[in-house]
Amino acid sequence: MTPTPSTPSGDPLIRLADVSRVFPARSRQGAAVTALDHVDLDVRAGEVLGVVGYSGAGKSTLLRLVNALDRPTSGTVTVAGREVSSLSERALREVRRDIGMIFQQFNLFSSRTVWGNIAYPLTVAGVPKERHRERISELLHFVGLADKAHAHVEQLSGGQKQRVGIARALATDPRILLADEPTSALDPQTTGEVLALLRRVNEELGITIVLISHEMEVVRSLAHRVAVMEAGRVVELGDTYDVFAAPQHPATQRFVSTLVEKGPEPRALGRLRERHPGRMVTLSFRDGAASPADVFAAFIERGVTFELVHGGVEDVHGRTFGHLTFALTGDPAAVADAVSYVATLVEVSAPGTADGPDHRTEAS
Amino acid sequence: MDRLLELDSLFWEATRETLGIVAATLLLGGIGGLVLGVLLHTTRPGGIAPNRVVHVVLNLVVNFFRPIPFVIFIAAAQPAARLVVGTGIGNPAIIFALSVAASFGISRIVEQNLVSVDPGVLEASRAMGAGRLRTTLTVLLPEALGPLVLGYTFALVAIVDMSAVAGVVGGGGLGSFALTYGYRQYEPVVTWAAVLVIVALVQVAQFAGNRLARAAMRR
Repeated sequence: MTPTPSTPSGDPLIRLADVSRVFPARSRQGAAVTALDHVDLDVRAGEVLGVVGYSGAGKSTLLRLVNALDRPTSGTVTVAGREVSSLSERALREVRRDIGMIFQQFNLFSSRTVWGNIAYPLTVAGVPKERHRERISELLHFVGLADKAHAHVEQLSGGQKQRVGIARALATDPRILLADEPTSALDPQTTGEVLALLRRVNEELGITIVLISHEMEVVRSLAHRVAVMEAGRVVELGDTYDVFAAPQHPATQRFVSTLVEKGPEPRALGRLRERHPGRMVTLSFRDGAASPADVFAAFIERGVTFELVHGGVEDVHGRTFGHLTFALTGDPAAVADAVSYVATLVEVSAPGTADGPDHRTEAS
Repeated sequence: MDRLLELDSLFWEATRETLGIVAATLLLGGIGGLVLGVLLHTTRPGGIAPNRVVHVVLNLVVNFFRPIPFVIFIAAAQPAARLVVGTGIGNPAIIFALSVAASFGISRIVEQNLVSVDPGVLEASRAMGAGRLRTTLTVLLPEALGPLVLGYTFALVAIVDMSAVAGVVGGGGLGSFALTYGYRQYEPVVTWAAVLVIVALVQVAQFAGNRLARAAMRR
């Protein structure tokens, strides 16, 4: 499902092996801060890896180790077979040309025009001036800003600035794009445009993207795989669909719940119970398992009346999942029978119980 | 008034000398201040080339020289002036002392203006494979150009002020002209003529500086 440019012997394009980064204490009284705590992480060639976590979870530090803007305290970072964590500053210049980077605050040069911003990495890479024109106009067309070539940075909207940032990051034809909260300073409409552009960067140009964000929506729409970070560790790593449909770690569950509620929240549940006297169950549907229609059939067969009181169906890269909460009424024995039968088809939990999401029956 | 007309040629000679001293100092002290200021900024903790030892030593040196009143510094710097420009008196010695003093003063102005550059922009440049020197010359300084021009305009006015004491070591210029032919000879008109020319020079410089800074910031 992902375009896969060849990597030597199927090795990951980026590999972090037992990486820690400890920032020394700022003052004598202060404590050292462990930003990354023995992290192992592989990024596959051609994929979009989303890294989510709260501020201070170590996401930015992790990203900056990949192009060696920062160095690990221990462990190794390997990019395309070269161990960047031990390269000299001079050798890194060449490696960095193969790694583009975009930023939350865009970090464009306000002393240069749009054209000048995109020309800068070309000059740094030693691309002859006569080849700039063609490359820059190609990039401007790719990001849809051909008419803004000679505009100054302060004349651009946030979304336009980020598109210039993307064009600039792609100028030297990198294999990797590091995206540091690329949409966090943008409004929802513009966010969508920038995400669509990043998807094209991945799909049309085959560029591997490492995307860090605290917004689950961004990660869901773009990432093939998701790494969840908490307190300097990667606490969960999996395909985006699995992470959203069946989050394992409490931190992941908190993140996913910002987008997808497993069941009604306690106050809403109280109101629902007043209105619906029957037994309440939350059914979690997944792609490839039983569908809601199968469950409805089972209820009807047993004479159980059901009413959908909460939930919805979500889509991740064309695969669906959902958590639907039903109020069931009818003969208690029939209801119990129906619930135990349905539990063989899909995951069943009682809304309002703390243990809901993580005790799951099916394997992912 | 008659006295001023008699001194006509000396007056314009003094004006030319002031312009020469100020221009030479702005160039030499400007370069010195730029180098020192850039080093102060880049070697600071979190700068693009952090170096604790260099930073602490530079800070101490700058803080040592900056508080010395110029009229005293010019005398104290005489031995060094003899060593460097071959004489302890006259305009060469004045330009030497002014350039040294201006370097330290300007270094702080440069440092302050560089602090206002977003570190993220420097990080972006490094991420594109630019080295530290290239980042400094092609990103750090251009990004701060507008405020730097205003800072140098401020420095220029201060240099005009300092150059007025050139007479202490036998230097020329409007300051020494005003003291010699105006103050000591009880000719307030002569003194005021020098004052007016200095004020006019400063006005022109400030106007030009503002225009240049605006052009650099495109506002």
